[in-house]
Amino acid sequence: MSKFLKLLRKKWFDWLLKIALRLAAVLTIGVLFIIVGYILIRGIPTLEASMFAFKFNSDNQSMFPALISTVIITLISLVLAVPLGVFSAIYLVEYAKRGNKAVGVIRVTAETLSGIPSIVYGLFGFLFFVIFMKWGNSVLAGSFTLAIMILPLIMRTTEEALKSVPDSFREGSFGLGAGRLRTVFRIVLPSAMPGILAGVILGIGRIVGETAALLYTAGTVAQIPSGLNVFTGDVFWQDSARTLSVHMYSLYREGLYIDKMYGTAVILLLLVIVLNTVSTFIAKKLTKK
Amino acid sequence: MKTNTIKNKHYFNKNRVSENIMRLLFFIAALTSVGAVLLICIFLFGNGIPAMAEIGIFKFLTGVQWSPTNVPPSFGILPMILGSIYTTAGAIVVGVPVGILTAVYMARFCDKRIYKCLKPAVELLAGIPSIVYGFFGMTVMVPLVRSFFGVNGSTMLTASVLLGIMILPTIINISESAIRAVPESYYEGALALGASKERSVFFVILPAAKSGVFASVILGTGRAIGETMAVIMVAGNQPRMPQGLLRGVRTMTANIVQEMGYAAGLHREALIATGVVLFVFILIINLSFSLLKRRDK
Repeated sequence: MSKFLKLLRKKWFDWLLKIALRLAAVLTIGVLFIIVGYILIRGIPTLEASMFAFKFNSDNQSMFPALISTVIITLISLVLAVPLGVFSAIYLVEYAKRGNKAVGVIRVTAETLSGIPSIVYGLFGFLFFVIFMKWGNSVLAGSFTLAIMILPLIMRTTEEALKSVPDSFREGSFGLGAGRLRTVFRIVLPSAMPGILAGVILGIGRIVGETAALLYTAGTVAQIPSGLNVFTGDVFWQDSARTLSVHMYSLYREGLYIDKMYGTAVILLLLVIVLNTVSTFIAKKLTKK
Repeated sequence: MKTNTIKNKHYFNKNRVSENIMRLLFFIAALTSVGAVLLICIFLFGNGIPAMAEIGIFKFLTGVQWSPTNVPPSFGILPMILGSIYTTAGAIVVGVPVGILTAVYMARFCDKRIYKCLKPAVELLAGIPSIVYGFFGMTVMVPLVRSFFGVNGSTMLTASVLLGIMILPTIINISESAIRAVPESYYEGALALGASKERSVFFVILPAAKSGVFASVILGTGRAIGETMAVIMVAGNQPRMPQGLLRGVRTMTANIVQEMGYAAGLHREALIATGVVLFVFILIINLSFSLLKRRDK
């Protein structure tokens, strides 16, 4: 016993730290399990076919239109943000010379963008796209807002992917007589593809989970944005639409269908889990090479 | 032979032209982020500052009464500013110790198998949408607080704990890479001097990774102060001066989202001005983050 006390006096600090460290890790992982477990266990039994009905009405509170709108808004945002982000990263990594002043400015602004909270993006999108550009609450206004929001993410992940391509690849390509452009598109980009893709998938995850930036830009209409008549200007991207997250918030706001929120939460959570898994899988493939 | 060289030359020129066009294109693409920041600043400040001037900047920032629909209306956002600061401070108290300890555990203590579980778990924690966090807070934490303390469950405490959970991944990821970046020789030196593993990590490695850990806390602060959806669902949102941990509170972000839907005229502009104040907070936080990072280099 006295031996134990002696040991305790000598080692109490180490033991305390050891316990605290494990406790913190258990807490982190425990919180995740509780959140995911709670929502899946409570939510999955509430799922029923009527929640995926093609048309939304006040009886079924269907999330199917929201699912379609999520896909549409995600696609348009990606079409806008991915080329811009990838090209920016190409400029920063492959073209800009050392000591280029523009690079510093671009880095600072990209960092600023990534720190701006989504509600500020929402305000900006509302002021600029909805009011100033007169687009109204529309899919397009929402997509542009989200595109700006995920731009820094795409830029950063692409930059990292480009930097991880060994210089010998570029030198080999130059040595064979290829120009810079050809080297970038034929040699560097293909080898950086997994990293870029992982970043794009993370971006999709952010779009799917976004609410505050969309409430006052894309609006909250619960139907599938439809209409393909380009001549009369009645095109689907001019309609207001809600994504899954906004759908969930609207259910909360109306307060009548709190039970239906469980189902939407399950679908959102499953989407995020799938996206995360795919992203880590691709990133892992990258590091194996 | 001659035609061949000419052809080659022609090809070469065409190549050079496309080279230059693409270089310009890449440069323009890179400038979009600059343009976006400029536009955001112009439109936010341009719409918010006139409203502040109309209300009176001092009255706006230090007024304790927010009653936009009264006649005459009063637009004081001090309650919301304090609400944001208090909940964020609470989030830091909850999230930072757990986050840093988890980061230390992940970087220096756990074996590979556990790491392979922990890392994706933290990534998933970062990926869960804030509306889902809010929903969890609303359906689990609010009733818990209610039954535990016997108050209405939508309180500053609930919001702080939820935000503390939400900033965990930010703190863990950045702190972990900062801890990993400390040279191994520091650790070996401490061991060689007879320190135990725990002491070496806490008194040698962690201080060496100090600025990275600080950066993670700053970034977490930015996340917490800008969080909107989750806070709305658990904080109660009463627009009055914060009255304690177990009373409802309204943040700046909640103020904007709650009232933007029906606000008009000066009321709407006052909400945009609230956004401007939030934006200034974020800019200050970003600035200190990049200063810290620069010093690190």
